[in-house]
Amino acid sequence: MTQLEEVTLDELKHLVSNRAIMGETMMLNMGPQHPATHGVLRLLVELDGEIVINCIPDIGFLHTGIEKNMEAKTYQKAEVMTDRLDYLSTVTNNLAYCLAVEKLVDLDVPPRAQVLRVLLTELQRIASHLVWIGTHALDLAAMSMFMYTFREREVILDILELVSGQRMMTTYIRPGGVWRDVPVEFEAAVRDFLKTFPKRLDEYEALLTRNPFILDRLYGIGKLTKEKALNYGVTGPILRASGVDWDLRKKRPYMGYEEYDFDVPIRTEGDNYARYLVRVQEMRESLKIVEQALNRLPMGPVRSDNRKFVPPPRSEIGLSMEALIHHFKLWTEGFDAPKAAIYSAVEGPRGELGVYLEGDGGPKPYRIHMRTPSFENVGVIPEICKGHLVADLIAIVGSIDFVLGDIDR
Amino acid sequence: MGIEQKLGNMGVVTTTLETVVNWSRTRAMWPMLFGLACCAIEMMAAQAPNYDMSRFGMELMRASPRQSDLMIVAGRVSRKMGPVLRRLYDQMPEPKWVLAMGDCASCGGVFNNYAIFQGVDEVVPVDVYVAGCPPRPEALIHGVVTLYEKVQAMKFKDLAKG
Amino acid sequence: MDNKLEKIVQALQEKFKTQAEEFRGEAHVFAGAGQVVDVLTFLRDQQGFELLSAMTAVDYWPQVSPRFHVIYQLTSVANNLSLMVRVPVNGDQPEVPTMTGVYAAANWREREIWDMFGVRFTGHPDPRRILMPPDWEGHPLRKDYPLGYEEPQFTFNYEEIDLRKPYSKE
Repeated sequence: MTQLEEVTLDELKHLVSNRAIMGETMMLNMGPQHPATHGVLRLLVELDGEIVINCIPDIGFLHTGIEKNMEAKTYQKAEVMTDRLDYLSTVTNNLAYCLAVEKLVDLDVPPRAQVLRVLLTELQRIASHLVWIGTHALDLAAMSMFMYTFREREVILDILELVSGQRMMTTYIRPGGVWRDVPVEFEAAVRDFLKTFPKRLDEYEALLTRNPFILDRLYGIGKLTKEKALNYGVTGPILRASGVDWDLRKKRPYMGYEEYDFDVPIRTEGDNYARYLVRVQEMRESLKIVEQALNRLPMGPVRSDNRKFVPPPRSEIGLSMEALIHHFKLWTEGFDAPKAAIYSAVEGPRGELGVYLEGDGGPKPYRIHMRTPSFENVGVIPEICKGHLVADLIAIVGSIDFVLGDIDR
Repeated sequence: MGIEQKLGNMGVVTTTLETVVNWSRTRAMWPMLFGLACCAIEMMAAQAPNYDMSRFGMELMRASPRQSDLMIVAGRVSRKMGPVLRRLYDQMPEPKWVLAMGDCASCGGVFNNYAIFQGVDEVVPVDVYVAGCPPRPEALIHGVVTLYEKVQAMKFKDLAKG
Repeated sequence: MDNKLEKIVQALQEKFKTQAEEFRGEAHVFAGAGQVVDVLTFLRDQQGFELLSAMTAVDYWPQVSPRFHVIYQLTSVANNLSLMVRVPVNGDQPEVPTMTGVYAAANWREREIWDMFGVRFTGHPDPRRILMPPDWEGHPLRKDYPLGYEEPQFTFNYEEIDLRKPYSKE
């Protein structure tokens, strides 16, 4: 085990101002274990009294080697690892990976599976934003919000458990469709949620949106301009709060998103408050999509018929010899992908979740790289926290909404 | 710790004293916030109203190691985080316990590679392992109750170090 | 391929003599390490590719030349286009000029590629490891770096692995 590294000022000479080296300003270490950095992020903050001069994020405390580990597994078995990247929106990770694999091997997905995928992805978006609102308000000392939002999230996790058997790491979305059809209680559970959730969301907005101390802590803090946001590669609600109309669900529709009727909230101020309003509005739009998806759920198979890539359902294996052979070959050897490279992206709750996938003609991915949104989003923190107080730094870190599993992979 | 060093093993008085001391240690054990990854979210869900952990004495989670007795290692420990974990464990005052939550903390979990410690017991000694990926909040509460049973069975003579 | 994208690929070919490939409707452009700064500046300023979506690298060991491909995925928000630029790099002295002047997002991505692959980016303002500990040796995502796999303990080999496992002392 390596020794604990003591980062001295010499190594960071090129990043801090002259005043730090002369000892006029103070370097504060908001270490990896800290209640307000959501996860193990280390922030080296250069302070002049209470005012932040510079902030150097230090990441890598959760580096898991997922990309290298996925190269050693077949395409189906590697999907299990994608859940653990952005662990607050696990269905979205699965979706991004499956879309990439389907693009690489040119596999299409039946309509019922597409609608189910959209439904669960939007539910997962609501769950992820709920965690964000709970922990962000917790940082701003509104502790009861944490309790309320986790109560709502339990309802969504119950729905996910009904469908896939697991609360968080579902791996329900698989290449070629979804794992299996939803049980009969699914529709009633989702309709129940759709009935109760809008009122709860109104309650949360009544608590937070016009609250004077929330306005004090969020309004005008952490401004990010449009050009800087694009140059830093920021995507997702942060980009939309800075005035850029870029949502992959509208601009590059995948999985039938062009048929749903929803708006994309855009604001121009680019501060913490704009990001808060954008995310709350996104939750309402996601509710609309969930309702439309539930109403238009068509009958039909939930998995593609292409037995070269998708294992047959269990009921078929007892009846047909080919089904047994396909099942055997797919689970022991896996399917072969062409020797080519693609990049495919979806709109996750935090931004553009992209997958660069390169096959080599064999059953294992030669190189898979997940372009995770939180990596670029955290890179913009040093830019927007200059000149604010330390307490504002906490508010900024909370409003960027990153997940360390996403950053460090 | 002073009582144990002075009394050692004195028969009936020690047994009743042990029961009382162990009972009081389990009724208000404060965990240290050490949520690393996905298991941290399930730990937060266990703290939330649906599966309330404050029924079991864990009303608050202290961020400071100096003020906590239990370290719930929730999540995967990477090579860069290992020394930090050990330093925080060393900063906790005795008596302290470690609960390895989840598969990654118990044995490396899904990730069998260069970047993750294969089990957090390579870094700190662990008392209770809770399996699951991530373990349900009920599983975490079961792990905590198992730890309470272990603490109830502790004897002074094991703790009195000469 | 989209019409606008075809025109851009042709403009690149005329100006910089780059090769191009197409797969599933996406365009991949191959550029040399010497011209990549000019190519990306041209794409950002003249063609409107303001967003660097992704930047990564691939290792083609045991092939020595080129051993790495550094990949830039560019997105144009104004015109809704995307383009992949691949830069082949040799294995013995892998160096590419830095892109931090063109896109600020490249700063951390280049540190990550240095950490994981060992491809040096000349002129980078902060060449430190980003994901691994600073005293780590080796570049993990290279193909000749081992996975670090530990054998699972079953009943037949439980004791022998237990003896090798580095349990912590108290």
